[in-house]
Amino acid sequence: MTKAIPVRKFDAIIVGAGGAGLRAALQLSEAGMKTAVLSKVFPTRSHTVAAQGGVSASLGNSEPDHWTWHMYDTVKGSDWLGDQDAIEFMCREAPNVVIELEHYGMPFDRNSDGTIYQRPFGGHMSNFGEKPVRRACAAADRTGHAMLHALYQRNVRANTQFFVEWMALDLIRDEKGNVQGVVAMEMETSEIVIFQAKATLFATGGAGRIYSSSTNAFINTGDGLGMAARAGVPLEDMEFWQFHPTGVAGAGVLITEGVRGEGGILRNSDGERFMERYAPNAKDLASRDVVSRAMVTEINEGRGCGPNKDHVLLDITHLDPEVIMSKLPGIREISIKFAGVDPIKAPIPVVPTCHYQMGGIPTNYKGEVVVGAEIVKGFYAAGECACASVHGANRLGTNSLLDLLVFGKSSGNSMIDFIKSAPKDLPEVAMADVERSVARVARLDNQTNGTNVNDARLAMQRTMQAHAGVFRFNDMLKEGVKKILEVEQMVKTTMIADKSKTFNTARLEALELENLIEVAKATMISAEARKESRGAHVRDDALDVPETPNGRDDANWLKHTLWHREDNRLEYKPVNLQPLTAPSVALKTRSY
Amino acid sequence: MDEVELKRIIWRSRRGLLELDLQLERFVNEVLPTLNAQELAVYEQILLLPDWDFLEYVNGKSVCPDPELAVMIARIAAANAGSHGAAN
Repeated sequence: MTKAIPVRKFDAIIVGAGGAGLRAALQLSEAGMKTAVLSKVFPTRSHTVAAQGGVSASLGNSEPDHWTWHMYDTVKGSDWLGDQDAIEFMCREAPNVVIELEHYGMPFDRNSDGTIYQRPFGGHMSNFGEKPVRRACAAADRTGHAMLHALYQRNVRANTQFFVEWMALDLIRDEKGNVQGVVAMEMETSEIVIFQAKATLFATGGAGRIYSSSTNAFINTGDGLGMAARAGVPLEDMEFWQFHPTGVAGAGVLITEGVRGEGGILRNSDGERFMERYAPNAKDLASRDVVSRAMVTEINEGRGCGPNKDHVLLDITHLDPEVIMSKLPGIREISIKFAGVDPIKAPIPVVPTCHYQMGGIPTNYKGEVVVGAEIVKGFYAAGECACASVHGANRLGTNSLLDLLVFGKSSGNSMIDFIKSAPKDLPEVAMADVERSVARVARLDNQTNGTNVNDARLAMQRTMQAHAGVFRFNDMLKEGVKKILEVEQMVKTTMIADKSKTFNTARLEALELENLIEVAKATMISAEARKESRGAHVRDDALDVPETPNGRDDANWLKHTLWHREDNRLEYKPVNLQPLTAPSVALKTRSY
Repeated sequence: MDEVELKRIIWRSRRGLLELDLQLERFVNEVLPTLNAQELAVYEQILLLPDWDFLEYVNGKSVCPDPELAVMIARIAAANAGSHGAAN
């Protein structure tokens, strides 16, 4: 038995201080709930800061718009895997949460009449897919940043208690499975503390770092997903990840698709312009899906470049240097900085790059975590770590920030109701999960030989990139499942040389890896099993024939995946095609 | 500067933007341990900058108005030239 662990008590605990966590915290604190927010980094440096595009809402400030049109675009974007009750809820709530944010001091761009300026964005259409509509609200190109600042300031005013530079380690569930809070570690001292509350929300963001090429910041290690999985909560639809075709190989920084528009050519290890074979007419200007598919096929067939043959080259050396300097200055800078290559003289190494996680902890539109038909009492999730599911198989642009606001708020409201109905006094903390968590840290502190953390992480990332990337092959997925389970064994025996107690980043990274590996397994196993193409999950062997257009097989696969950590078991649940009030968006082939 | 403070600074070099994480990686590993107390104090001030401002300064898109910070930001940019990517 370990020595007594201090217990701190609250009405509500929120893990993660990005957009969703801050929005939920605000709802709770302003309702007078004693609310603690735990974050690995200072709130305004959460990854929400990276969101530039905007937040969508059918305000109709520039031209007519309607939430049912927004809903249609979202369902279509999701390739019909999104739950239509949650999607209706989100699209209806959008104008409210955006106006609220404006009242919190968000510096939205404005029209001359003072209303919020709205700009067009890919996939935003009026009248059920008829023509583009202006729906995206933005604060210059710093929408996420401005949102975090507005929400953080408001939380400070509302007396939310922040625990910055704390890492949550594990969820605590009692013998009935009800959630009692989390075990967390203060980074500065390595002290382990129990945070107990009536209601606990995970708003820990995505886990893009499972891939070797990702646009995600280093902090995006899926901590909430790892904690949920270890606590017996399944993860939903983890095979669905959004990719961008061209990120700098090894770094993940995006190269805009405009480079191909200016004449950039993709080449394989033979120097061949391979797009001529895949898209004889459009060539390098083919659509995102076609380009990604071709790149991955080249790499998979052994024509990748570099010592690991794991990327292709984007060549602009034939362009006039003047054109590169004047039209693509940012790209030259990125290439020199992150690839060590001046694109005037040599081609840029590029690879499809992971950007956003559609799946996550299964919730309903109220933010309540749902397993089977049951709500997990006291447990909530919102934002990229959650799966409501509004993004389904693919997310519509600008719906990520909207997701944070809508489901941050609705989780907060659900938590308030639950806290008010709960007995006043908190029960005794069930110690089984706490002891498992303490043992996990002790294992790392006592392990004197084993796998290097960096080696294990690289093995995981390379496996995910090669076997479960933007375009997937049956045999590669099958091999990938075997490989990722081998990597899991490496993660179980990681060893850190630094055993110190203060800001031990080696230990933190080892603990983060234990979260990432859960996400990696969930992704690989769910992807191997889904024998169709849908949204961002695209398989080589899913045939585009009349019965399964674009490889989508509604007869067999119109259902959500649930991965269970315990035995890597998969189960499936139906997609909710029934909105709350609107008519259902009927199934049809997705084309743009 | 004690060891705890140094480690705290290293942790705070984790940012919300991937580009900054990458820019700071080599600086933190190679240059940070060589800084004196005064220089570390300057770096700590830089870490308080909003991520997008910080990135713009490092990328030379704009100049940090505080000359003392600007000098250190130039060292961060210099430490990083060509430090990432599959080409290396």
